[in-house]
Amino acid sequence: MWKKGIRVIVSFVVVLLVWQIACTVTNANATLFPSPVKVGEEFVKLFTQGLEGSTSHVTLPGHIRISLLRFATGYVLAAVSAILLGLILGSLPKVFQFINPILQIIRPIAPVAFLPFIVFWFGIGDVPAIVIIFIAGFFPILLSVVAAVQHVDGIYYKIANSFGVGKVKTLFGIVFPAIFTQIANALRLALGTSWIFLVSGEMVGAQSGLGFLIMDSKNCMRFDALLATMITIGVIGFILDGLLRFAEKAISTKIGFGV
Amino acid sequence: MYIDVSNVSISFEENKEQHTILNDVSLQVEKGEFICLLGPSGCGKSTLLNAMAGFLKPSSGEIKIDGQTVEKPSMKYVTIFQNYGLLPWRSVQKNVELGLETKKLGKEEKKKITDHYLEMVGLKEAAKKRPAQLSGGMQQRVAIARALAVEPEILFMDEPFGALDAITRMKLQKDVLKIAHETDKTVVFVTHDIEEAIFLADRIVIMSANPGKIKSIMKVTLPKDRDRTSDDFLLMRDKVYEIFQMKEERNIEYFI
Repeated sequence: MWKKGIRVIVSFVVVLLVWQIACTVTNANATLFPSPVKVGEEFVKLFTQGLEGSTSHVTLPGHIRISLLRFATGYVLAAVSAILLGLILGSLPKVFQFINPILQIIRPIAPVAFLPFIVFWFGIGDVPAIVIIFIAGFFPILLSVVAAVQHVDGIYYKIANSFGVGKVKTLFGIVFPAIFTQIANALRLALGTSWIFLVSGEMVGAQSGLGFLIMDSKNCMRFDALLATMITIGVIGFILDGLLRFAEKAISTKIGFGV
Repeated sequence: MYIDVSNVSISFEENKEQHTILNDVSLQVEKGEFICLLGPSGCGKSTLLNAMAGFLKPSSGEIKIDGQTVEKPSMKYVTIFQNYGLLPWRSVQKNVELGLETKKLGKEEKKKITDHYLEMVGLKEAAKKRPAQLSGGMQQRVAIARALAVEPEILFMDEPFGALDAITRMKLQKDVLKIAHETDKTVVFVTHDIEEAIFLADRIVIMSANPGKIKSIMKVTLPKDRDRTSDDFLLMRDKVYEIFQMKEERNIEYFI
């Protein structure tokens, strides 16, 4: 644990040092190539006062809060609906054969491509970002859950049949826990992509949030603010992944897979 | 006749080729009998068991239990599998309760039944543990307790001890025999282990492969409390060897 922490610190210190030295030595344009010190200063400013010259007076914690709320809404909706639908479609292979081709066509379309429609239908605000996150999370989770249900060990069905367990209870009480590990993996992958697409959703369809802050910094030609926001996005994504991993581990230990 | 398998054939089609797994098998089992289906892999012994347990429909012929045609699995005849089929996310106790949940029993009653059968298989202490914390032999004991808990009349056992080490296997054989007698169950037990079959069975159904059929049925004329090292036991074993070797002798003639 300690060794890991030290390695992380060392790699960050080296990157920051190289970055700072490069800025000082080359005497580059401070606006186009902001130094880490400048980014750090701007980060503190964003945190306390918000972006200078922006139309919005929201500070960085405000943007983070808005983004996280949107993210939570879209991601939880996507996860719950995709898991439910995946369990059902997975146990109806004949129906899934009809639905699968459609899913396979929709899946490769970047979620952002839906944006114009969404913005025109729902207007600018929370909804476009939430819908983008939903689309980004829904399809990968759905397809993983369907595949997991279809490949669940046949013995579970035999056991359920032997002991008179009903269809619904078999699906939620036996198949669902049996594929928990695969579901957890799918949730983690989807968490990453959803967080990435949150930013793109907010870049176009919102007047607040971290994605908006990226666009706002660009429009104000404030590359130090831009970098500070980018780093914030990366750190939060990393923390979210860590939280989910922690939750996954705790649950699998609790339900007996971790023994 | 309690279990009546009459002229059952099972075949399936793959790449437009017809594969026959079981060819015209007939077998009658009396109530309370312990039957072993013995044969090499590919002889269709597990397929026959799966058909009797209602997991598989015969392509032709009919299987009746207690006068009723078998169409689907039922709690009247529970199957025990080689890989236990325990639910790893449930405690031992909750695993044994699985079949009782559909019976809509009260919490107290469920616990009473579960305790009774866990005690019968010698695992009362492990009630709170997870399957993953138990050895293979103990896991199979949990599966047996789970099957007994719904009070079936027949136990179908599909190579239940195939994944266990020899000593654990012998212990479990002894216990299963005792439990079957105590609870008065009819048992159909699939195995490829000749000694296991002789130790357990009242009658051994010897099967051969390609296509799977019954080669002969042998009555085991040994006392209930069997001794693996006794002369009678070894004689019985020789008899089974003979039946299996008939085929080899034919092969030798062929090569000469």
